[in-house]
Amino acid sequence: MAFAVEIEDLTVAYGDKPALWDVDLRVPQGVLMAIVGPNGAGKTTLLKATLGLIKPAAGSVRIYGQPYERQRRLVAYVPQRSSVDWDFPTTVLDVVMMGRYGQLGWLRRPGRAEREAALAALEQVQMADFAHRQIGQLSGGQQQRVFLARALAQNAEIYFMDEPFQGVDAVTERAIIHVLRKLRAAGKTVVVVHHDLQTVPEYFDQVALINVRRIAAGPVREVFTEANLRATYGGRVAILGANGSAGAVTTPTPAPGD
Amino acid sequence: MIAERMIELFTDYTLRNVTIGSMLLGAISGLLGCFAVLRRQALLGDAMSHAALPGIALAFLLTGQRDTFTLLLGAAIAALAAALWLLAIVRTSRIKDDAALALILAVFFGFGLVLLSYVQRQPTAAQAGLKSFLFGQAAALVERDLWAMLAIGGPALALIAIFWPQVKLISFDPDFARSLGLPVRRFEVLLTSVIVVAIVIGLQTVGVVLMSAMLIAPAVAARQWTNRLETMVLLAAGFGALAAFSGAWISALGERLATGPVIVLAMSALTAISLLIAPERGLLWRRWRLMRQWQSGNGE
Amino acid sequence: MLTPQLEVQLIAVIIAAACTLPGVFLVLRRMAMLSDAISHTVLLGIVLAYLISNSLASPLLFVGAVAMGVITVWLVEVVSGSRLVREDAAIGLVFPALFSLAVLLISRYAGNIHLDTDSVLLGELAFAPFDRITLWGIDLPRALFFGSGALILNAILLALFYKELKLATFDPALAATLGFSPAIIHYGLMTSVSLTAVTAFDAVGSILVIALMVAPPATAYLLTDRLPRMIGLSVAIGVAAALSGYWVARWLDVSIAGAMATMAGIGFGAAWLFAPQRGIVAQALQHRNRRERFAVQMLTLHLLNHEGASDAVIECHPRHLIEELRWQPAFADAIVRRAEQNGFIRRQGEVLCLTEQGRALARDL
Ligand SMILES: Nc1ncnc2c1ncn2[C@@H]1O[C@H](COP(=O)(O)OP(=O)(O)OP(=O)(O)O)[C@@H](O)[C@H]1O
Ligand SMILES: [Mg+2]
Repeated sequence: MAFAVEIEDLTVAYGDKPALWDVDLRVPQGVLMAIVGPNGAGKTTLLKATLGLIKPAAGSVRIYGQPYERQRRLVAYVPQRSSVDWDFPTTVLDVVMMGRYGQLGWLRRPGRAEREAALAALEQVQMADFAHRQIGQLSGGQQQRVFLARALAQNAEIYFMDEPFQGVDAVTERAIIHVLRKLRAAGKTVVVVHHDLQTVPEYFDQVALINVRRIAAGPVREVFTEANLRATYGGRVAILGANGSAGAVTTPTPAPGD
Repeated sequence: MIAERMIELFTDYTLRNVTIGSMLLGAISGLLGCFAVLRRQALLGDAMSHAALPGIALAFLLTGQRDTFTLLLGAAIAALAAALWLLAIVRTSRIKDDAALALILAVFFGFGLVLLSYVQRQPTAAQAGLKSFLFGQAAALVERDLWAMLAIGGPALALIAIFWPQVKLISFDPDFARSLGLPVRRFEVLLTSVIVVAIVIGLQTVGVVLMSAMLIAPAVAARQWTNRLETMVLLAAGFGALAAFSGAWISALGERLATGPVIVLAMSALTAISLLIAPERGLLWRRWRLMRQWQSGNGE
Repeated sequence: MLTPQLEVQLIAVIIAAACTLPGVFLVLRRMAMLSDAISHTVLLGIVLAYLISNSLASPLLFVGAVAMGVITVWLVEVVSGSRLVREDAAIGLVFPALFSLAVLLISRYAGNIHLDTDSVLLGELAFAPFDRITLWGIDLPRALFFGSGALILNAILLALFYKELKLATFDPALAATLGFSPAIIHYGLMTSVSLTAVTAFDAVGSILVIALMVAPPATAYLLTDRLPRMIGLSVAIGVAAALSGYWVARWLDVSIAGAMATMAGIGFGAAWLFAPQRGIVAQALQHRNRRERFAVQMLTLHLLNHEGASDAVIECHPRHLIEELRWQPAFADAIVRRAEQNGFIRRQGEVLCLTEQGRALARDL
């Protein structure tokens, strides 16, 4: 099997507090993979370290067998919380076009081709009607979809998305999962940080359970078991499914640090 | 008489230099100031323009020349050093940017005063005029100064134009830019240097104290009229030039009206008007629309 | 009585202390740049009051200046409250406009008075002893009298409202729910800042006012975590900057206010570099130590993971560690040595093995 992403012995620390310890993870090409774990488990850290946005203390990341720096164009990233200035003078279409800048190179200007690609991406997340709105004049869920569209416009091979379903309604969630499935059908690889354990078996092929260390990773059917979930979440999981693997949901215990 | 004066602004040699110089400054600083305001560094310009003073004094002390170019080079180096120290303080300590700004502004300026008072005791005759950097002296602009403005402002504008897509992206979402592999740090230094350029150009005309207004006000005014960065940047340049023109004109009309403060007041008035009546965003505009809605609601 | 020399130092010390007290809260509340705005715009208050009263001795000048400082803060809030402008930009809009107005008014209508815009910025501390008033039979420099007044007032206000200030600074929401209006506290503090700036800038210039309000508290903030200690330290640092600045200025025959600001800056720079826990040097040392400790843990963990595996001979070879953990050879050597010294690993021929202690450490993680 070809691996889109291979993470080996990845260790990341903020100060002297390790957020990830010796994590190994392999993501086969053409799958939808969920990354699951409690708040503060290091999911965001895992994505950021994979993308070289934070420097790991140890370990290596390979994208299609090559170091990340050489494969940057193959990767797109949707952050968990964008810290952008929402009052910035820019329109939705402009923001999505920024997804094309990586391919654009240094001196070329975005032109008609970039515009078309951006509009197509907006169409996919059903935001085409908002193309000319200023970016701050959108609801939280709509802003989320714009950043998803920006990633789509990158036309990458591998997509990393940090909680794309956060704060979106059921209809939007359906729309997004539809987009993700289309990506998979096109042979792309999608890695999604996900919080709703109940929908994991329905939405994803593969799952990685993370809590500072990698607890388990692999096909959902094999890995998404009660024992593994307990190991990941401690006692804070109530399993709903009778067979112990069909579905699970976190109890509403607030996690520290959230 | 008022109209005659306006023509004189461009025909009279001295007045022409003042007018064109101020307009150049207004346009350049208006345009470059947009990035300071959008990148949440509005007051960096204030700190850097104060920090330029020791650079001017040191350049004079070291070279013994009152040549504009030498002094401005000193100003630029000191301002940039201040900005870099400021960023380092904020990054490496618990001091927040407001305190770091105020501290650097006051300390560098204080050091500048020390050097100036030292310079003033020197027997060199050519020291007079250093103080004009405090409040600027638009009236003293000569043609050479205009060329100097173009010579330093032009490359800064050209850099922005060449790297426009990258500059825009980094101003909006530096994290995303980093994930695309853009050298974000280098661009941040570039954008800061470009603001230094605007300050250096402005020191002669409006001086240390009022320079921050030339960076901030046009950008804020322009932002109210448009939701597009391209338009905003051009509008800010236009507003800056317009305010500078009216400032030069008004100060030519009256006695004892220093050009710098008049320009700043004109720019402030333009900004206040924009904040009030700009379509969609202006305070009065919004109130007016609310009233219209309320009336049409009652009418049904 | 006192020599002018001593009087200048006394004035400087008192003004320094008076400035740092509200300055501590400006820094903690992230409003330091308001000191910049206020210390410039009070000039407009003075000019307006002069134009109304037509006298430089009128108490209206003082009232007008203090009021203008507060009005500046209020204007900044109005502008940023419109949500069209961020607060820092609002400050940068308001104060140059007011200051320009003041400069123009002076040059047009008050050109003959001693309100010289340079001296507003720069101050002339050396002349302060010659501007004297006689009160209750005592002949004092005016700046000394007003400076002491500001210091005493600030000290009393701090003593009375310490609890409220502290609460409103660290938890404005809680303060509001407990019934202390944050607005009243905010404007109270700003009045005190404005009043102090007005008293001080005549003697020392507005730039030194900013330096004294911000630099000593910022320095103290790097040295301690406790508010009472921070206040005490700030006052001490402010006084030290004033005195050392004075002597440096005398020695080199340069601007006194400038030298004091410079000394305040040097003090801050020293704390920034060498503060015991928060200084750059201390941080770098801590960072190195942490990195090594962390690397030792990582080494034990790595050895544990490969213990007993078939590839143990390869994986646990020091040369392989360099590749696998991406360590520099010198760094790897240092870490292996440190782990050995601490008794976490031992060498068996070419290969590294965990000791019982090392295994426990790795399992603990
Ligand atoms: N910049 C940072 N500095 C210090 N510690 C951090 C930083 N970012 C994250 N951490 C810590 O690292 C740990 C992992 O954080 P991370 O953001 O990766 O969690 P997460 O799994 O994404 O959580 P969530 O579900 O809340 O998004 C947390 O304990 C967090 O407190
Ligand atoms: Mg996260």
